[in-house]
Amino acid sequence: MTRTFKITYKVTIIILAILAAMMIGAIILLTIGADVLKTYSVILFEPLKTTLQLSEVLIRAIPLTIIALGISVAYRSGIINIGAEGQMAMGILGTTAITLLFPELPKPVLLPMAVLAGAVCGGLWGFIPGVLKAKLQVSELLSTVMLNYIAAQFYTFFLRGPMLDPAESSLGGSGTPQSMRLSKNIWLDRLPGTRLHAGIFFAIFLAIIIYLLLWKTSTGMKMRAAGASARAARYGGISVTWYLVIAMVISGAFAGMAGAIEIAGVHRRAIEGITGGYGFSGIVVALFGGLHPAGIIPASFFFGLLIVGADMTQRMVGVPANMVNVLQGVIILVIVATKMVLADPYLMEKVWRKYQKLTNPPKEVEA
Amino acid sequence: MNFIVNILSLAIPFSVALLIASLGEMFNQRAGIFNLGCEGVMAMGAFLGMLIPYSIGQGGPTPGVYNFIGILVAMGVGALFGLFFGFVVVTFRAPQGIAGIGLQMFGVGTAGTLFRHFVGGTQSVPGIDNINIPVLSKIPILGPVFFSHNVLVYLAFLFVPVAWYILFKTPWGLKVRAVGTNPRAADSIGIQVNKVRFQALAVGGALAGLAGAYLSLCQAKMFSDEIIAGRGFIAVALVYFGHWSPGKIMWGALLFSFAQALQLAIQGQGINFPYEFAVMLPYVMVIVVLAFNRKSQLLGPTALGKPFNREKRT
Repeated sequence: MTRTFKITYKVTIIILAILAAMMIGAIILLTIGADVLKTYSVILFEPLKTTLQLSEVLIRAIPLTIIALGISVAYRSGIINIGAEGQMAMGILGTTAITLLFPELPKPVLLPMAVLAGAVCGGLWGFIPGVLKAKLQVSELLSTVMLNYIAAQFYTFFLRGPMLDPAESSLGGSGTPQSMRLSKNIWLDRLPGTRLHAGIFFAIFLAIIIYLLLWKTSTGMKMRAAGASARAARYGGISVTWYLVIAMVISGAFAGMAGAIEIAGVHRRAIEGITGGYGFSGIVVALFGGLHPAGIIPASFFFGLLIVGADMTQRMVGVPANMVNVLQGVIILVIVATKMVLADPYLMEKVWRKYQKLTNPPKEVEA
Repeated sequence: MNFIVNILSLAIPFSVALLIASLGEMFNQRAGIFNLGCEGVMAMGAFLGMLIPYSIGQGGPTPGVYNFIGILVAMGVGALFGLFFGFVVVTFRAPQGIAGIGLQMFGVGTAGTLFRHFVGGTQSVPGIDNINIPVLSKIPILGPVFFSHNVLVYLAFLFVPVAWYILFKTPWGLKVRAVGTNPRAADSIGIQVNKVRFQALAVGGALAGLAGAYLSLCQAKMFSDEIIAGRGFIAVALVYFGHWSPGKIMWGALLFSFAQALQLAIQGQGINFPYEFAVMLPYVMVIVVLAFNRKSQLLGPTALGKPFNREKRT
């Protein structure tokens, strides 16, 4: 097999995969009678046209990066965390609680404390399914989903009860349950004229941390070993269950921090519906980014683009913003299928034989 | 007394969506496919089930016919979704857990997109009414609890023994169990493993679609984005809880819907208890049940979640 053939083969498969994903999306678009090409071009290019829109894309990319980093740690350790949505909500509650309790603390103390509180709450929410999986073999897929729903109820309970903005109780409120505006000492600096905040540096910092953790420390090596083959890792003396729990705690803590950064940077208070699908999009970003920090950062930009773009399709071509969920779901399905095709050496060999038959047909042997 | 009758008469219709969906999921898992996308298929079913009576059957002479068509369409599209999932996890042998999440997002997203385009806002449909069985529904206590539900409730409970019969007493059921327990052995005696898995996925998808249509036509009588509210995932958990057998799954579905009815009754009674914690109850129960039901893992289909590759040695 020649090198050129191998590369062409892989590139062709990836192009086919992208086309397949876009085709399935196009079927849905055609069903609602929308202009397919125009919709795709609005989603992909419209948000890039102005600085303001571009900054909105980056704002979406920040929590996506942080959540996807956590999910990739869990995924590489052999546990699929689909509970980022709930972990993020718990993180927001933790950060809000600390900030409401100590609003007067100076910024260098309060901000780390608040982010840490978010990480602890999110980490705790990741610890539960981790322990359940490690000790009682409870499927993490089911437990994390259930914890999402439980966290959502906690979130509404706190926002409507103990944390409710006193101004909301009177008639002049906005109608959505939300906390008080948080103390200025937790606000992240913004780029003037936009909502783009300093959290972007934090996200990049965390990406480097994850890279170092997974590939440059023995802990990371053991985690990846546990994920690659639990049996082999156990044989090698690695306590797989312990690393499962650790990975889930890290994953949850990252989702919690994403929540903390999101309220400190963008909303500056806890409102209902902040998490709005970030937890699920994080899974797509992590997979799309190849479960590697270097891939996750561009992937989160791409999905930030999709989210902002999908908001615009509503106005410009009359396609509901829910379209972004359709695309994300299709992308997950296509990625997991494509991965299997790419990892199948037998299939490649089959195609190679067919290709050879086509290019140099077997010569007839003369007797 | 009245309170308990209330809860019970709510719990039985509530259990139907869970019951149908988990019976479908049971066929999937018995064939070795872990389909976490049940929630998405249910969302599609819920949308399609109400779309037909809403758009075509509005004010028509025979709304019952359109309800029936809506249910059929929901089941058909559910089966298509099941086959699509099969294409990903059976043909391409993708990991089933994460693919299921993909299917869930795809289903919920598609239902939401189409709903906003074709319906717009909250619109109620007449749906399928409860029928009071003459004489029997007049019996105190037993009447409201057992004999005044819509027709799908009775059909769903009737389907429990039917599902048991299909799974344990028909050749097809044997094939399903075989490909989920030992696909290689099944293959060696000439069962087409992937074909049977596709069939099981189509059945499971159709049942999930029906469960969704039940929610929008009989229970809520409308569609909203949150209509499924995790029932698809609970249905998957119920299959574990019910040890992959229809009878136990039925009891599980009743138990969970009882918790849900209890929660509604608590809210209705005006007991001073934060309702958010009441809403949590079924979800907490799923986790507790899974945690303290460890024996179930030993009873499950041994090839659950494992793709079958005929050409590969094991």
